[in-house]
Amino acid sequence: MLKKIERNLMKGNEALAEAAIRADCKCFFGYPITPQTELAAYMAKRMPRVNGVFLQAESEIAAINMVLGAASTGVRAMTSSSSPGISLKSEGISYLAASDVPALIVNVQRGGPGLGGIQPSQADYWQATRAMGHGDFHILVFAPASVQEMVDMVSKAFDTAEKYRMPAMLLADGLLGQMMEPVSLPELSKSKCDKSGWAADGHKFKRPHHIINSLYLQPDDLEKLVVERFKRYETVKANETDAELYLTEDCDILLCAYGASARVAKTAVNMARKTGIKAGLFRPKTLYPFPVNELNEAAKTAKCLLDVEMSMGQMIDDVKLAINCSKPVYFYGRTGGAIPVPADVLEKIKTLGGEL
Amino acid sequence: MAVVFERPKSLLDVPTHYCPGCTHGIVHRIICEVIDEMGIEGDTVGVVPVGCSVMAYDYFGCDVIEAPHGRAPAVATGVKRANPEKTVFTYQGDGDLAAIGTCETVHSAARGENIVVVFINNTIYGMTGGQMAPTTIPGQITQTTPYGRDVKIAGYPVRMCEMLSTLDGVALAQRVSVDSVPHIRDAKKAIRKAFENEKEKRGFSIIEVLSTCPTNWGLTPLEAIKRLQDEMIPYYPLGVYKDITGEETK
Repeated sequence: MLKKIERNLMKGNEALAEAAIRADCKCFFGYPITPQTELAAYMAKRMPRVNGVFLQAESEIAAINMVLGAASTGVRAMTSSSSPGISLKSEGISYLAASDVPALIVNVQRGGPGLGGIQPSQADYWQATRAMGHGDFHILVFAPASVQEMVDMVSKAFDTAEKYRMPAMLLADGLLGQMMEPVSLPELSKSKCDKSGWAADGHKFKRPHHIINSLYLQPDDLEKLVVERFKRYETVKANETDAELYLTEDCDILLCAYGASARVAKTAVNMARKTGIKAGLFRPKTLYPFPVNELNEAAKTAKCLLDVEMSMGQMIDDVKLAINCSKPVYFYGRTGGAIPVPADVLEKIKTLGGEL
Repeated sequence: MAVVFERPKSLLDVPTHYCPGCTHGIVHRIICEVIDEMGIEGDTVGVVPVGCSVMAYDYFGCDVIEAPHGRAPAVATGVKRANPEKTVFTYQGDGDLAAIGTCETVHSAARGENIVVVFINNTIYGMTGGQMAPTTIPGQITQTTPYGRDVKIAGYPVRMCEMLSTLDGVALAQRVSVDSVPHIRDAKKAIRKAFENEKEKRGFSIIEVLSTCPTNWGLTPLEAIKRLQDEMIPYYPLGVYKDITGEETK
């Protein structure tokens, strides 16, 4: 039995792996890619000690399909990768979603497109929230901003994925994966979800055979299924959003940022407050579902919004949609692996402050 | 009245979508006879491919997972690693196993995954309407080799059993055929042996079954059987390419 650990200094990737084991993840299938490799290396060390499965697959594609196989039998299974590898997994993620099989995918983002770079990035927001594969579907997307959140969101992601029978992604980045922070690790918690109604783990002659499938040749059948899935997404949107609101009650300028860039934005907000500018921060912890109500709450007093990302501006679409473009939304971002510094974000805030 | 012949219990009593003269039905039946004889249906998970046999999940009575194109061995690896005591088999065509899924096939074999792979080689893509497969024989006319497969352009076919037999993780690699009663009996013995290998945790077993596709070959069922005998068996010789038990299957 894994006991709670109150305080431990750990790297983000390793803390996430340990948290997955404590969330009763039984199978990890991976493939080396920077900057997530420590996660797989940690699993290779730990899984055999806890009677779990670690297997290095021959490709990202094989790894996600191994997840599909294990998860189809009702077992908690996961894979992790970084941006280019996630593109390869998109086929399998589409099949997971289409077969209503819950599983966890971790993306420790790096610069893109193409082979891109190996430094931290947030350029996969669109991919994660809009187009994680072909077809009409969504996956749950969680966005940690600290090593502790990389721990806390793992069991949350598994639980929510199982509750709604859909894949979940932890969308981290190279900064969070590589940095060390003190964390507390929870004790082992097991799935409370009953999977006996669908898991393909051998019928033992006690029930009709289970089929895990995504092929429906009759358009009416497929449409009905997709419509049912989108009704489920409405429930997800109503119940599963999460966000941090920081100094938003009286803010004139509302910064919007998630993950690593939210840490930078928070520092910039504090610096702005010291100069007398009423800045606040909206930090979504779930990117799908996007916390629409929380953002509108945070933006009540704001005269304008400033979206800060480590990309050319992707989440900004959701910010504008959430407030229905009722206020100006400005953007500050760095991309390609560059990380914004608080002083530059503060400069942008000051520029906007002059316009208020 | 004594019953002398009946449907295997693990083969569901439903109409199939296969064309007249197609040999998928024979191979389905063989697998289900073996599953029944070994009494393992309740603890078996099948993994089916993309291709003509994609809908085999409606025919096999055991639990079944439909894999993305070519990924069946990876899906089966996930099932087996998570559930080492279950029997896991894949059923794949030549496009699925030897083209898009070559990587998954080779590496699950190299790892010695303790699974059974039933490989249907009919030298053509059936479901999509008869295109060149990795196993299409030189000179063979298909929709995408309308002048016959020209090896100068399209290269040469892949002989999977021969190739996989070089890998240490492979327990059994055998090519059989379902063109005649004696060959069907041999095919059943080979498939039975593959499932027994899995039970005894001997590693990866692949049974390649030479099969017909009368529809896409443009032949009658009987002409198709003749083509299998006259053209396919000489190019893809039947036999045991690797058997770590060293036992004769015949």
